[in-house]
Amino acid sequence: MSDAPAQLKVLVLVKYVPDAQFDRHLTGQTPRLDRSDSILSELDEYAVEAALQLIEAHGGTKAGHEVTVLTMGPDAASNAVKKTLQMGATRGLHLNDDALAGSDAAATSLALAEAIRHEGGFDLVITGMASTDAETSLVPSQLAERLGLPQVTLVSELSLEGGDVVARRDGDTETQYVRAPLPAIVSVTDQFEEPRYPNFKGIIGAKKKKTAPLSLADLGLGADAVGTDGSWTEVVSSEARPARTAGTVITDSGDAGVKLADFLADRKLL
Amino acid sequence: MSTTLVYLDARSLSAEGIGKAERELLTIAAARSAGSVVVAVSSPVDDDVAAGLGRFGATTVLVPSSDVTASLAAGPAAFAAAAAAESGADLVLLTNAGDSKEVAARLGIKLSAGVVTDVVAVAGDEYTKSVLAGTYTTRIRVKTATAVVTMKANSVEPAAAGDGAAEVRRLDVPEIGPSATVERTEAKPASGRPELADARVVVSGGRGLEGDFGPVEALADSLGAAVGASRAATDAGWIEHSYQVGQTGKTVSPQLYIAAGISGAVQHKAGMQTAQTIVAINSDPDAPIFEIADLGIVGDLTEILPQAAEEIKRRKA
Repeated sequence: MSDAPAQLKVLVLVKYVPDAQFDRHLTGQTPRLDRSDSILSELDEYAVEAALQLIEAHGGTKAGHEVTVLTMGPDAASNAVKKTLQMGATRGLHLNDDALAGSDAAATSLALAEAIRHEGGFDLVITGMASTDAETSLVPSQLAERLGLPQVTLVSELSLEGGDVVARRDGDTETQYVRAPLPAIVSVTDQFEEPRYPNFKGIIGAKKKKTAPLSLADLGLGADAVGTDGSWTEVVSSEARPARTAGTVITDSGDAGVKLADFLADRKLL
Repeated sequence: MSTTLVYLDARSLSAEGIGKAERELLTIAAARSAGSVVVAVSSPVDDDVAAGLGRFGATTVLVPSSDVTASLAAGPAAFAAAAAAESGADLVLLTNAGDSKEVAARLGIKLSAGVVTDVVAVAGDEYTKSVLAGTYTTRIRVKTATAVVTMKANSVEPAAAGDGAAEVRRLDVPEIGPSATVERTEAKPASGRPELADARVVVSGGRGLEGDFGPVEALADSLGAAVGASRAATDAGWIEHSYQVGQTGKTVSPQLYIAAGISGAVQHKAGMQTAQTIVAINSDPDAPIFEIADLGIVGDLTEILPQAAEEIKRRKA
């Protein structure tokens, strides 16, 4: 029994998202996210790291293993793929079509599932725990359902054992140790090991790596199967919450604990 | 006539009763579809639990005829889909817990149903949720015949609505399909405090605690509160990751949130700024957390927290 497939093919899904360090805005009649000032989602970096560590544990790219990175998004989203190639991924795929804009989780998982089928042959598909824009965390499970693959979600440790993937999941009340046969869908949390930074060699090496374009036509999907038309949910209105304002700030002069109790009593919070 | 199906993870139903988040789901379902609330539980339940579900409005309790919980997400989703078909539900409600969201996700595909997570209010076929770390409130419409919705805790006041006479029925589970298997579980020690995600009061600690969560725990216990933490505190290993409040941890919306020694990074604010009242205690007068606090206290945590805990205990005595 071999430890892993002779040629391990790993696909990592990444998303180009508005940087959460800045104010983020919804715009337009059907409210959509303003996607300027975007970056590779911080949580997806853990997925890339997990994929790279997995192939490195079995001889890396020298042994013929591959890490392919797929993103779905507008032109600028290729920047997210570029960063993963600098981290060490083998090649990129960019699903880019105007009709994809406004896709909910169901439409997104449909397009991604078709892209995964189209490329074919992956042993593992690895994602982050959630996107940092929509934050629904629905897509990994929906991909598993659409592709008929085992899901091994929200894991903090991952390895291959005799053609199976084994993982650790930390829940609130228990830790689970789980196993699934390959191929499988895996999502990793931010409790996985810290993602690496691209080094000089990685940045130079990435210039020779390719990112192939994918369109809806390549996947045999019509424009109405995705985007707002293909989505099963729609945003009908959005309202900016009034910004919180600072209340009273006091400096402790020995009785701040008592003043805190007074404040809570005044607000009937005791 | 609408039928609501409530899906519950059996692990949330203990001998002490039905959790608050679960009671809230039952309350919403009872209000929406009087006389027809079906509850699907991931494992068989005893008579006490069935009666408890009945008191909160359940008319039928469906349980799987075989164990589905060892098959991660796939098993519970296959059972929930069978329960949705059996009950003819046009709305399936689940809690916002991680495992429930995964069942919701798969159920959405199985039923060709739109899924909305993090919902705080239900009105007709529109669901209210906040997005972008609580900075916007949006209303989402589900376009499909069936909707799958996960509700945040503290969205409604739980109210008993039934007479306790729920009929329990076994339901055959269809083919589960390829799935991961849970080989082994390790229980984590219970703290005896309220669950962080549905607590009415949360006391959180951060970098300013310098490793000692004792004063935060003492203040939390004086208030009957849950304990939370910033990412700095969990990354430093002072407290377990499941206590983390923030963008990559838990999102909480309690009546009162007390942040002790937390500077207030964007990622932390994302997890707590919808709290009704915020109190911040920090030695740094320039900490950004003061910009959103109803009461800010600049000072030494090691003096203020124990004093507050003592004073609160004295007043409650």
